[in-house]
Amino acid sequence: MKKILFIEDEVALQKAMGEILNQDGYETISAFNGEDGLKLAQKKNPDLIVLDLVLPKIHGFEVLKELKQDKKTKNIPVIVLTNLEGVQDVEKAIKMGANTYLIKSSYSLEEITEKIKNVLNK
Amino acid sequence: MNLKNIFEQLDLPAQCRKYGLSLWECPQFLFFVMGLVIISSILVSYAIGMKYIDDPYIVALVVIAITLILLILAYIITRSFERMAEANRMKSEFVSIVSHQLRAPLSNLKWTIDLLLSEKINLEQEKGLEFLEVLEQNTQRMGDLISDLLMVSRIEQGKFVPRKKSISLKELVDEVIKEMSIFCKVNNANVTFEPEENLPQIFSDPSQTKIAITNLLDNAIRYINDNGKIEMKLAKKDKGLYFEIKDNGVGIPEGDKKHIFQKFFRSQNALKKQTSGSGLGLYIAKSIIEKAGGKIDFKSQEGHGSTFWFTLPLK
Repeated sequence: MKKILFIEDEVALQKAMGEILNQDGYETISAFNGEDGLKLAQKKNPDLIVLDLVLPKIHGFEVLKELKQDKKTKNIPVIVLTNLEGVQDVEKAIKMGANTYLIKSSYSLEEITEKIKNVLNK
Repeated sequence: MNLKNIFEQLDLPAQCRKYGLSLWECPQFLFFVMGLVIISSILVSYAIGMKYIDDPYIVALVVIAITLILLILAYIITRSFERMAEANRMKSEFVSIVSHQLRAPLSNLKWTIDLLLSEKINLEQEKGLEFLEVLEQNTQRMGDLISDLLMVSRIEQGKFVPRKKSISLKELVDEVIKEMSIFCKVNNANVTFEPEENLPQIFSDPSQTKIAITNLLDNAIRYINDNGKIEMKLAKKDKGLYFEIKDNGVGIPEGDKKHIFQKFFRSQNALKKQTSGSGLGLYIAKSIIEKAGGKIDFKSQEGHGSTFWFTLPLK
């Protein structure tokens, strides 16, 4: 079963995405801040990381940087999922090695979970 | 101020873009222009002075006088433009902060509704009810933010007039503690309140004063560490009452202290603890206390906690 790690401080979003993906046969792991996210990424070796940017403790960009520097986690694809829309944020994320940058408010729950599954099954 | 900072300040177009203003409205550019004007005035007044006035000392005095006047004018003008530019920058920042703050609960609502409409959840089961609670919490969250924003708007327009009556501040604090008791429990905060005996009643607006106390207690609970301890005191002081709330939470970094009562300001320490929060609570509390004729202030040490206090006059 493929494993997805969510690093997202809004519990409701984790629950909603988790519910759909669990029903579709994927395992989901939750982290609610950047620090826990990094620890779980190293420990659980997920197949995909969905990363929010505005996070408690460590900012999402810091987390992305650490993920891409650490041997254990640098090859795990990362989807940045945030409400921050600035072009400079998008460019920065892609430059830092994110696979995709998705803006939460642009997609329905179904669209987001489809996109997540697409990246996983590539 | 090291060399890099100096060169950064000299890059005028970049500095002006930071404020989101055109070159002519930008304080740094105006400062530069005023500098040129002053230098030219010194040269011109010296030249004219030397031509028409015999005594070189008088020429020197005239040049110095003109220069001083121009320097003072330049200072006044650039300061007021700086303040305008800062206000403009804060306005843009406000719009960006508010839209993000509102977007977060909105996304929660949208995806939870998407999930419920997809019929993949049975609403009659416990799991289904949890999702309905999410809808309730997030609409509450948006409502709270909008209420705070409206309050700030009324404060700024001078429409936030206190309706004073004789109240017991001790009872008001007790009410706030009771209303926040669940929030306290969820955050493992141990709250104590020690009012002095036989405190006099004060003449104050009860709902506004309650908001101020709630905002202070809310902050103390939010930014708590493990083993959170919050101690509140109420005492008679001079011709009024003194209220203090002390926590052992994350504290406020030195560099952030002067901004703490500003609208939308959230200290990096606070942001690291919790990303949601409007940054309006202390601004509102300060406005309420000062409009009531009181004073509010704090002392804090990063990593150790903060003590906020306010005084209110008896009448």
